[in-house]
Amino acid sequence: MMQHLVFLPILLPMLAAVLLLLPPFGKSIIIRRVGSVTLGIVTFVASLALLVKAQAAGTLVYAIGDWSAPFGIVLVADPLSTLLVCLTSLLGIVCTLYASAGDDEKGSFFHPLVHFLILGVNGAFLTGDAFNLFVFFEVLLIASYSLLMHGGDKRNTRAALQYVIMNLVGSAVFLIALGILYGVLGTLNMADMAQQVSQLQGDDVYLAKIGGLLLLVVFALKGALLPLHLWLPNTYTTAMPVVAALFAIMTKVGVYSMMRVYTLIFGDEAGELSHMAQTWLWWFAMGTIVMGAVGVLASKDLRKLTANLVIISVGTLVALIAVQSIEASAAAIYYLVHSTLVTAALFFLADLIGRQRGNVEDHISAGPPLLQPRLLGICFLVAAVTVIGMPPLSGFIGKVWLLKATVNTEYSMVFWPLYLLASFAILFAIAKAGSTVFWHHQATIVKSEIATSAESARVHPAQLVALIILISAAPLMSIFAGPLSEYAIGAATQLHDFNNTIKVILSGGL
Amino acid sequence: MELLYAACVGLLVSCGVFLILRSRTFPVVLGLTMFSYAVNLFLFSSGRLSLNQAAVLGYSTEYADPLPQAFVLTAIVIGFAMTAFVVILAIRGRADLGNDHVDGQVIDKIGDKSKNIEKNKKGKVNV
Repeated sequence: MMQHLVFLPILLPMLAAVLLLLPPFGKSIIIRRVGSVTLGIVTFVASLALLVKAQAAGTLVYAIGDWSAPFGIVLVADPLSTLLVCLTSLLGIVCTLYASAGDDEKGSFFHPLVHFLILGVNGAFLTGDAFNLFVFFEVLLIASYSLLMHGGDKRNTRAALQYVIMNLVGSAVFLIALGILYGVLGTLNMADMAQQVSQLQGDDVYLAKIGGLLLLVVFALKGALLPLHLWLPNTYTTAMPVVAALFAIMTKVGVYSMMRVYTLIFGDEAGELSHMAQTWLWWFAMGTIVMGAVGVLASKDLRKLTANLVIISVGTLVALIAVQSIEASAAAIYYLVHSTLVTAALFFLADLIGRQRGNVEDHISAGPPLLQPRLLGICFLVAAVTVIGMPPLSGFIGKVWLLKATVNTEYSMVFWPLYLLASFAILFAIAKAGSTVFWHHQATIVKSEIATSAESARVHPAQLVALIILISAAPLMSIFAGPLSEYAIGAATQLHDFNNTIKVILSGGL
Repeated sequence: MELLYAACVGLLVSCGVFLILRSRTFPVVLGLTMFSYAVNLFLFSSGRLSLNQAAVLGYSTEYADPLPQAFVLTAIVIGFAMTAFVVILAIRGRADLGNDHVDGQVIDKIGDKSKNIEKNKKGKVNV
């Protein structure tokens, strides 16, 4: 049983999703909610167990159907991938909990779809095979298409149509890249690919380069990197906020894939092709940060603001990947966890604030006073301090670490000012948004109008619990920064340990 | 054979890309389908083109690479599902937005966005 642990974070969400479609769960929404949250917790516990085991053992390799690598598909659970699996499962629980306050009734099949999405994301994190990565991408994408439409109106349909078409083209490009790489390397197992890349000669080198850079295009699309980021603000603002919070992990799948491909396959040992994407990554990352900062300043409502914060976080992460050092990767891992949780919390807050302000919703303009200004205000303050990167919360640690990791690099003279200016833009935009939303009230408020909508707009206990779990991550990540950063450094060391990774994966692990 | 094959893939890709860049959903869906056919053909060729070679052991002296065939099979299945989804989505978009443009807006002339979503919803659709 224990050797199958690696497979459980993929198997359990699938079983959960299928179970939730069955008749016993169809009768009452209460049963479905309780079942969904419980099954989410089961997945999370399995992910935690895997994390503990992977940390003790280094890298766990699971050959599906007992076909050993490089011929069969392997799942690879190392400290990095298991950490992200845990993060995904946690986010899944939080989102189902939040949606249980009523959002899940706005359309059908919310809970199964969430579990299918978790299945896809966990699979993408765990797989050690490039073609399998494509399959899991499709699984998570089709779940995300349906979730995007969930409880939607007309604006939703348009955003979904554009998102689906973009991603279908992206998938086709992904397949072309895989075809080229397979034709040249003769394998799609990532460890084996890494080994073959250094032995390429003649024209094959250029073909492999084309394949590798096409992969960059695909991951840039999924991760919303500069020229391909245009879908993100629209998609994230038209989706229900709870879905947008869940999507916070999806851009990170693209970033994670970049991390794997450009440190393992096209990393130090790739001969002529080593670090071939580095320059591209730098410039795209910095462009993304600039675009995100401009977007943050121009945002007219809180959800769009948060969507632009997601773009900035992607840019930051990609810049760290471009550095290609253990310290930068460790900083990226810490920053990735922090930014996923805080953006999800901000999406929740934007939703809760929007509900209490009647027609003004979450627009950054004067409106009726909030029903629970203290509760939401404190949560907003904590989330704001975290996302801006002010001491003492997790954002500050992440920021200092990433600045330290980029100090001795080629582009630090450009990156530092850009990143600090972007931070300033975030500070300014959030301070303005917060003071407008919480302190500027319209003088002409009809009291009765607010009273009628008052009770339904109060924060539901389930929403509160979900929000507090996400918000409390910021101080916790700062209090336990020591063990967490050690973990991140360990995971990053393993990510960069080329020979060991190859040996473990190709020999079947364990 | 290689030339013919490559020309086929290239033609499909160029038609597909052209159609994807159109503004109405139907040509876009057709374009996506063509593009995915091209991709499937391309993926199949990544195992090298050969004649009279079985992919199963014991049926010929030389073997074709079976893996690309498995890739293509997977890609076809996923492509089918995605095409079905995008067709339904396009129909829903036609119903919700009142027109079949990917932007949800009919633009007669450049810069003229007068016939937007709201107007189309009320009046007849100007196709």
